[in-house]
Amino acid sequence: MIEVRDLVKRYGNHTAVNQLSFSVEKGQVYGFLGPNGAGKSTTMNIMTGYIGPTAGEVFIDGVSVVAEPEKAKAKIGYLPEQPPLYDEMTALEYLQFVAGLKKIPGGERRGQIEKVMDMTKITHVQNRLIRNLSKGFRQRVGLAQAILGFPEVIILDEPTVGLDPKQIIEIRSLIRGLREKHTVILSSHILTEVQEICDRILIIHQGIMVAAGTQEELESRYKGSEDLHVTVKGSLNAARKALAQVAGERALVVPPASQKGEASLIIQNKKDADLRERTFQCCVDAGLPILELRLNRLTLEDIFLKLTMEDAALPVETKNENAEPENAEPVDTKQADAPSPETEKSEEEEQNQ
Amino acid sequence: MIAIYKRELNSYFNSMVGYVFIAIIVAFVGFFFFVYNLIGGYPKFAYMLQNCLYIFLVAVPILTMKSMSEDRKNKSDQLLLTAPVSMTGVVMGKYLAMLTVWLIPTILFCFCPLIIAANGTAYLMVDYSTILALFLMVGAQIAVGLFVSALTESQVIAAVGTFAILMVLLLWDSLVGYLPSWLSNVLGLFSFTTAFYNFAYYNLFDIGGLILYLSVAFIFIFATIQTLQKRRWS
Repeated sequence: MIEVRDLVKRYGNHTAVNQLSFSVEKGQVYGFLGPNGAGKSTTMNIMTGYIGPTAGEVFIDGVSVVAEPEKAKAKIGYLPEQPPLYDEMTALEYLQFVAGLKKIPGGERRGQIEKVMDMTKITHVQNRLIRNLSKGFRQRVGLAQAILGFPEVIILDEPTVGLDPKQIIEIRSLIRGLREKHTVILSSHILTEVQEICDRILIIHQGIMVAAGTQEELESRYKGSEDLHVTVKGSLNAARKALAQVAGERALVVPPASQKGEASLIIQNKKDADLRERTFQCCVDAGLPILELRLNRLTLEDIFLKLTMEDAALPVETKNENAEPENAEPVDTKQADAPSPETEKSEEEEQNQ
Repeated sequence: MIAIYKRELNSYFNSMVGYVFIAIIVAFVGFFFFVYNLIGGYPKFAYMLQNCLYIFLVAVPILTMKSMSEDRKNKSDQLLLTAPVSMTGVVMGKYLAMLTVWLIPTILFCFCPLIIAANGTAYLMVDYSTILALFLMVGAQIAVGLFVSALTESQVIAAVGTFAILMVLLLWDSLVGYLPSWLSNVLGLFSFTTAFYNFAYYNLFDIGGLILYLSVAFIFIFATIQTLQKRRWS
């Protein structure tokens, strides 16, 4: 449906989008995820033909946005970051204008406008000046504008920004409903939103695609470490001794704080083995009651943070969707604060005092 | 293009801008018409129009200042440039809307020679061809304003910039006179007002002059389109 090839956008020395390639299939909701300034909006602006790429191409249904802009743009509905509204028009006038811009045949206009107003629930404000509408309604008018004409591709740049929680839920279900007939691409820096709405997720960082796939795919691909958090009643030394048998060559890490009389340890485990049973056995043998035994899987949030942390980002050559998870540096932001094994000694002494 | 044309035209009359533009021109020209032709008894409307050129220095920037800059400031240009409309369509829609607003006072001017004719001798051919020349000349000025408006996000800068350029164009002949003669001879050829004076003062139907005005309008519309294109690619 959409094919983006080696997209590059430079502003002077600053590279906003760097060699971005991906393709989008029909009938799914795609989520662009990335921190602020990751190049999400720039990519969307290029895809919709608002700005031109420095290099690379975008094809919408086989039509190049650069070579045949008018034909390609007819297939896209776009809601930019800031809804492109005219304050001095009423919502209805505005949608009529957009219907004209999109060259919707005269006979269908009335019906289509009513339908999108109904979908976005703005029918009751249709005769109010856009100037006087609240942020949430402005956003909805913008959304109605993007849906109008029912284009094959609908691109939404942060569609739920500025809405109240109830409106967010409404808009999300509206977007999910669009999936049946349209391909939807939306951007967000809100994880839960992307998790909830999107079928597939593209994570962008510093203009580079760092990961792509469904939520499950991403989680399994980056589930490089599956840490085991163990809290037992007793001294840290005893716990360490007992768990050393389980851990073997794996690193044992002491988390920053644990309560008095309890000892917490993290076994940094690769996803190769399930250590829970052995941990239980060893603790029983050592006479240490287990207070907590928890397997810490990487959530989407961890993956996102891991991929987009400035220093923790993957090396450049592996920053593509084919990157082997094993090549990824085992930097878990959760443990950024945790002491490394070398510094454990002093930590341990502090705790024993 | 038609949708943009209609929206722009409506916006001029939903806001004060269209009315102010028309009111200033009609009041100014109407006053001179009253003094010269009705009270003074001078039979040529065209001759009187020469005194009114300065009003367009003020009126044209009022009309053109928001044409492109407002869209850029409101980001509504994102709507226009991502809609299935060509860049030429966007710019022409806006230009033709402004031209239509300017057409309204022009049509009102067309009644003035008839008023003169009703009360005595009128020089209808001269008057109407001068009104045509004025229409095209201001049309070219509007294109200049459109271009300046495309350069900036600020309506104020667009207005002041347009005023400055139109001022230079209007004073071209006098300014060029201060230059060495070889230079003034060359630059004098580009005089913006000569064609109009040929119509109004010398009763000449200066086809070359009309082509000049059309060319200036064309060049500045083209430059506007190029400015927008360049911004997309920079």
